Amino acid sequence: MTAVPLAGADGLAARNSRRLASLVRAIVLPAAAVVIALACGALLLYATGFDGAALFRVMLVDSFADTRSIGETLLKAIPLILIGAGLCVAFRCGIWNIGAEGQLYAGAIAATLVGTSLHGLPPALHITLVIIAGALAGAFWAGIAGALRVAFGASEIVTTIMLNYVALFLTSWLVTGPMKDAGAAYPQSARLAREAWMPRIIPETRLHLGILVALALAGLLYVFLFRMGAGYRVRVVGTSADAARYAGMNVGRNMLLAICISGAMAGLAGAFEVAGVTRRLYQSISPGYGFEGIAVALLAGNNPLGAIASGGLFAALRSGSELLQINEQVPQVLVQVIQGIVILLVVAFGVLGARLRLRR
Amino acid sequence: MDDILNLGLVAATLGASWRLATPLIFAALGEVFAERAGVLNIGIEGMMLTGAFTGFAAAFASGSVPLGLLAGILGGMAIGLVFAVFTVTVKANQIVVGAAINLLGMGLTAFLFRTFYVSTGLGVEIAQPIAIPFLSDLPVIGAALFRQNAIVYATIPLTFLVWVVLFRTSFGLTLRAVGEHPKSVAVVGRSVAAYRYGAILIGAAFAGLGGAFLTLGHSNQFVENITSGRGFIALAVVVFARWSPVGAFFVALLFGLFYAVQLQLQAQPQLGVPYQLFQALPYVMTIIVLVLVRSRRGAPKMLGVAYDG
Repeated sequence: MTAVPLAGADGLAARNSRRLASLVRAIVLPAAAVVIALACGALLLYATGFDGAALFRVMLVDSFADTRSIGETLLKAIPLILIGAGLCVAFRCGIWNIGAEGQLYAGAIAATLVGTSLHGLPPALHITLVIIAGALAGAFWAGIAGALRVAFGASEIVTTIMLNYVALFLTSWLVTGPMKDAGAAYPQSARLAREAWMPRIIPETRLHLGILVALALAGLLYVFLFRMGAGYRVRVVGTSADAARYAGMNVGRNMLLAICISGAMAGLAGAFEVAGVTRRLYQSISPGYGFEGIAVALLAGNNPLGAIASGGLFAALRSGSELLQINEQVPQVLVQVIQGIVILLVVAFGVLGARLRLRR
Repeated sequence: MDDILNLGLVAATLGASWRLATPLIFAALGEVFAERAGVLNIGIEGMMLTGAFTGFAAAFASGSVPLGLLAGILGGMAIGLVFAVFTVTVKANQIVVGAAINLLGMGLTAFLFRTFYVSTGLGVEIAQPIAIPFLSDLPVIGAALFRQNAIVYATIPLTFLVWVVLFRTSFGLTLRAVGEHPKSVAVVGRSVAAYRYGAILIGAAFAGLGGAFLTLGHSNQFVENITSGRGFIALAVVVFARWSPVGAFFVALLFGLFYAVQLQLQAQPQLGVPYQLFQALPYVMTIIVLVLVRSRRGAPKMLGVAYDG
């Protein structure tokens, strides 16, 4: 069922050129942004006395050099894809959820509670419970900010950031207090029951089943946003809350839905970190995945499918920056600088591209 | 418990409130400038961090606090210029650019600090307290309130200065018009973009000063993420203060009080409350403040909207 019966060769050509243009916008511009940002990173390294070329070599080659490196890169892609895809929904709704980091911690806490308190369940059941607990806790933590926005007009930008700090302090209290592993010197929770561990899928790597879940959920959110009525309403609210209201949509409910979806995805990422990677709750379980997810979503043009690619890319940057730290003593925080530049370039290209189209 | 009710302790807490409010006052004053011109700058955190770092680095190299403060201001303005180019000239989304500025500020300062300073472990000389004649001799509150360093005292004249500039000069009038009704400014032949650049850079200078206070007037060292959310709290301060500089001063003082009380309570292990609960206090209060201030009355009409002229 193609819907262009009357379009002749001209129509087809126009359609192809539109497709080409949208391909350029979706792939070439983001790729250019990443290359320029990496070049800026290399310049910074060069200026501060490091080996600038090592940046490209390590990030784009070494992070994919062998099974182990690929496994570690994909392992980092799991939280980034989950969070990035979730944030696409919130950002499409015009909700600026900057609190994925806190929502990740909320999910990790809940997953740890469920993972350490139950014993002897069938693994499939226990893992499912852990995952659901994480997602619900993340949705709840985001829902606080969403509800305050809808009910009181409190800026979700500020409240989600504040809730990040609260979640961090909460975690710090739990792993030094009530949830502390009695025998451990270091603040950490007890180990999750073995039945609650995410199964690993490639030998000699820590890569776990969560990668498939992340890919599936990113696809699902794409379908939700672009193929379902509920997702359409979320997008209309984001484009113009007034228009949505005029069309009889419940703006507040859609906002709440969008932020809770993004929170659930971040909470899930937190659950996967404890159940799949660390097996315990620590104070610093995330190296900033929640903030990185913002860059993932923006680079993807707020498209959950795109978040798979951009999440993978940022995962490569992160494992590359770890290698850089180990091999060349380059501080790993370099990756934040590159992310910041990527975001700036992506929004700039977006605006400039739109202006060019208007002129034509 | 007697300790908590002790009058001297109350006075000391008040003095500490002012000191702890100082970075917030500067950041909020800067944000008032930017937001009055219609620019929502959520990148203050990154600008403060940059100022904290450049201030520290300059004072480390020169041994001079004033030079450090100047470098802090310039550092804030340098990254503020990036924000201005992308939001005003490119007209990109202000929230997204602000988020990028925060990442840049955090990443760059942490990167440079780890590369050049972390192994030195050295501090810098910081601004010394100055006793104000007569006032510092007042019983109880005198010593607590009026033996601060010059940067803390500077919050008062600078708040006044911001008020004068915004409400008693033609520059301020035009700047506020840019935030309310930019077309009217463009119609009389003035550049909306130029005013927004000015407002952002002045705001960034204040944020840089607030950051530099942390390394040069509060602790004597740079620590990664030393601002720990103060730039974001300043956003809430501005809303609560209804975009008034004088209001921002007093609201920031209130938040300074939260910080001071939090520190006092942390030092009371006999209360049996985990210290993390107290640490969370300023952040929770920020959320509560935003909930209490329900209306956005007083907000510039064009806040967050790029001007397409």
